[in-house]
Amino acid sequence: MRYSGWQILRQALGGNRGWKAQWRKPDPRPEYDVVIVGGGGHGLATAYYLAKNHGVRRIAVLEKGALGLGNLGRNTTVVRSTYMLPGNGEFYSFSLALWKDLSQELDYNVMFSPRGVISLFHSDAQRDRFARLGNAMVGRDDHAVLLGRAELRRLVPYLDYDNTRFPIYGALLQPDAGTARHDAVAWGYARAADRLGVDLIEHCEVTGFGIAGGRVRAVETTRGRINAGKVGIAVAGHSGRLAGMAGFRLPIESHVLQAFVTEGLKPVVDHVISYGMGHFYISQSDKGGLVFGGDLDGYASYAQRGNLPRVEHVMEAGMTLMPMLGRARVLRSWGGVMDMSADGSPIIDRAPVEGIFLNAGWCYGGFKAVPGSGVAFARLIATGEPLKAAAAYRLDRFRTGHLIDEEGTGALHNRH
Amino acid sequence: MRIRCPLCGERDSREFHVMGAAEWLARPAPDAGLEAWDAYLHLRDNPAGPTRELWFHEAGCGAWLVVARDTVSHAVFEAVPAWEAGA
Repeated sequence: MRYSGWQILRQALGGNRGWKAQWRKPDPRPEYDVVIVGGGGHGLATAYYLAKNHGVRRIAVLEKGALGLGNLGRNTTVVRSTYMLPGNGEFYSFSLALWKDLSQELDYNVMFSPRGVISLFHSDAQRDRFARLGNAMVGRDDHAVLLGRAELRRLVPYLDYDNTRFPIYGALLQPDAGTARHDAVAWGYARAADRLGVDLIEHCEVTGFGIAGGRVRAVETTRGRINAGKVGIAVAGHSGRLAGMAGFRLPIESHVLQAFVTEGLKPVVDHVISYGMGHFYISQSDKGGLVFGGDLDGYASYAQRGNLPRVEHVMEAGMTLMPMLGRARVLRSWGGVMDMSADGSPIIDRAPVEGIFLNAGWCYGGFKAVPGSGVAFARLIATGEPLKAAAAYRLDRFRTGHLIDEEGTGALHNRH
Repeated sequence: MRIRCPLCGERDSREFHVMGAAEWLARPAPDAGLEAWDAYLHLRDNPAGPTRELWFHEAGCGAWLVVARDTVSHAVFEAVPAWEAGA
């Protein structure tokens, strides 16, 4: 069933009893050409593009819980391409371009809202850094505007511009970046992949790999053994565990990142705003809740919940930047498990075991990458060749010294 | 999360700075080769469960500690001075 205005009218006349389930609930078959482990954004997108771009049939996506309830259902939905380094910037530009047509591509409203992403700076040195970033973005045909204090103030008057410690000097604006509806991204890709014949198998946890002669032959799951020609791993914070099952280690450590939402308010924050002197960023959801987050808790964690010191720190940063926040009441807070790579950039590459492919290390920037990552990972799995825009995301770059350290913080997993 | 520093007693985790896996103590020899240095700097066991990490009692006694704790439950088992723990 294609979704359209006509369909809404037609179904309404039928009392809305004609809507069908958006995807099947198949039992796993004994064998697939490609098995994708992980039914989040990256896994679902990969399955979709494998079927659509490369004509691969017999694809399964294995998800240990329900689709899209890991980090895809937990993130703060920011979509941007404010990255500078070669090898990194072009990938995020590529992904942002895909976001613009994603609703049409999937026949599903992902509510992409290019409301503008504002990155604040608070010193002359930081202005220079952001001017350089903006030039790098413009140089690859992204949009970026360096705003002075007066221009910025007309756009967002409610910030504490004269803060004694961190006065606001201006901001870098990416006008065509913004947010999207995270659940709709999961459902849209799931439905589109299902329509192309992909088996989406929920509540099916991978417990091991069948490896013979240095090559993967099967995955062991809680719903039995499934033979697989190729296996793609896209499990975000649990990449290290899957790698352990296959017998290799990754340059990844899992950390918890918290996020928060207030009760619904009238429209007040029209953009995505990130604070340059504390790790804090905020946007307003379509329901009205102010969605915001901060930095990692700092210690390795698989808990999907954080600790109170980080909650306090994020609230302090928010109040420093935007004192009016103090009037809003926080409704919920939650945590997601991030696979933090040693240089803060992702990995899309072959794993050390023949036939296993790896999509990991997205740190806390995975949501914006979903369409680009799906296209790149599908291409790698289907053809063995990397997508040009993602060719720098090699697993061996750590050993060879070709790190993509966007923040320049060094090889420390918890500092990116 | 509270950590029992062997020198100062039980303290709020905010007094500490976490460096990462206790592997940081097993620094390879300068000529140990690419694989050893890659493993030391980048590769991690990343266990879901008990782990050993290097923590610095920044706002306390200034000691480096090896803290044994659980990455799933956030329980802290023990902290011993790094100079006694080894890697």
